[in-house]
Amino acid sequence: MSADSSPSKETVNPAVDGSELIRFDKVTKRFGGNTVLDSLDFTVSSGKHVTLIGPSGSGKTTILRLLMTLIKPDEGTIKVGGEYLTHEDRGGSLVPAGEKHVREVRKHIGMVFQQFNLFPNMKVMRNITEAPMHVLGLSRDEAEERARELLDLVDLTEHADKYPTQLSGGQQQRVAIARALAMRPQVLLLDEVTSALDPELVAGVLDVLRDIAHSTDITMLCVTHEMNFARDISDDVLMFDAGRVIESGSPEKIFSEPDHERTRQFLSAVL
Amino acid sequence: MKWDWNAVSDFMPMFWHGLLVTLEALALGAVLAFVLGLVWAMMQRSEHAAVRWPVMAVTEFVRNTPLLVQLFFLFYVLPEWGLTLSALTTGVIGLGLHYSTYTAEVYRAGIDGVPVGQWEAATALSLPRARTWFAVILPQAIRRVVPALGNYVVAMLKDTPMIFVIGVLEMLGEARQYSAQTFHTVEPITIVGIAFIVISYPASLLLRVLERRLVR
Repeated sequence: MSADSSPSKETVNPAVDGSELIRFDKVTKRFGGNTVLDSLDFTVSSGKHVTLIGPSGSGKTTILRLLMTLIKPDEGTIKVGGEYLTHEDRGGSLVPAGEKHVREVRKHIGMVFQQFNLFPNMKVMRNITEAPMHVLGLSRDEAEERARELLDLVDLTEHADKYPTQLSGGQQQRVAIARALAMRPQVLLLDEVTSALDPELVAGVLDVLRDIAHSTDITMLCVTHEMNFARDISDDVLMFDAGRVIESGSPEKIFSEPDHERTRQFLSAVL
Repeated sequence: MKWDWNAVSDFMPMFWHGLLVTLEALALGAVLAFVLGLVWAMMQRSEHAAVRWPVMAVTEFVRNTPLLVQLFFLFYVLPEWGLTLSALTTGVIGLGLHYSTYTAEVYRAGIDGVPVGQWEAATALSLPRARTWFAVILPQAIRRVVPALGNYVVAMLKDTPMIFVIGVLEMLGEARQYSAQTFHTVEPITIVGIAFIVISYPASLLLRVLERRLVR
């Protein structure tokens, strides 16, 4: 991982193969007259756990939403696994990607939302099996077996036959994590996944994510205000301000001796 | 004015036949309105303006012209173009088409009421478009609007006498025919009126129960 706008880079363990998995190339995103991302460049290597920190409105969540194709960039390109996400290379020129292409590249990406966004009309089991069956083409048995393994991982085995509304917020979020993982994504996007939870439920969700971070080689991009969690799981931390990466580096460095005054201000406000 | 109980019993066989036709037109018309309305609502959400605009134009046109005119048009003008349908079929299509433009609005409200996060989760899972609609969005949207759809069925019931004008012998048609033959008017018309109350009032009560159970 490196941020071109920052001097520090590649401070982290090269455990996984480390090839470039995500690349933002001069990505600009505006909402109305407000420029949320300003010609942003950054890359994430395969297997890395990257945390995006910074004040609200600094563009962190926008990055995740761009990667999930929930929104489109105004300028610039995004590559995932060497493939353009929102563009297609047609005869040497870059054109906006068709639905089929986006679908194909997007399959490698999973997302967990702040508000869980479970499907309330489906039981927990079907929330998890729906996409593997209808997107990956797994049989019901295969999908349910996979779902049971994941429910075991998130410690909700006995809740498979409940509806989401019968679960606590923390349990719902763990189902959402299982649902995202059931697609076996290469990249997992975590968008403030504990912000909507009651304080006593946060730990359970973070424990599950720690487990996943330490036991799999899945690449994680995480927007969070849980700085201890960020310190725990991150290989790299990116500090955002006003749509730019102003500083990046290992959690030890960013949290202990940041270079940038703005980072110091931010951290002293949240820690 | 004299009330003649003999006329009542005399009319009853025709009444039962008319009731059957009314319920048949209502049931088929409602099914058509439910299905077509859903099609309109989904097409109005298309990404393509070439799909959205014609649907918008047709539904606005149908909603803003009288059912009576539409029934005459279907029954008298379509045959000029070589399309001849039975009176009952025409009635069902007229009722179904007319009410589909209302049910479309109901569905639209239901679809708009589904949180945007549901669409985003479906996108994040790469669910195919059809799957997103039929497994995720519509089950949530329709649940909320069942009572509103039901209200239109009751409204449609009260509009079924209109298809009498194109010669369908539903309840009112039978009553008119009976009075034309026997000069008894009060009895058959009264019976028909009572029949409408007997059907529609319990239906309204049922809808209120449904509303309490489904809309939370």
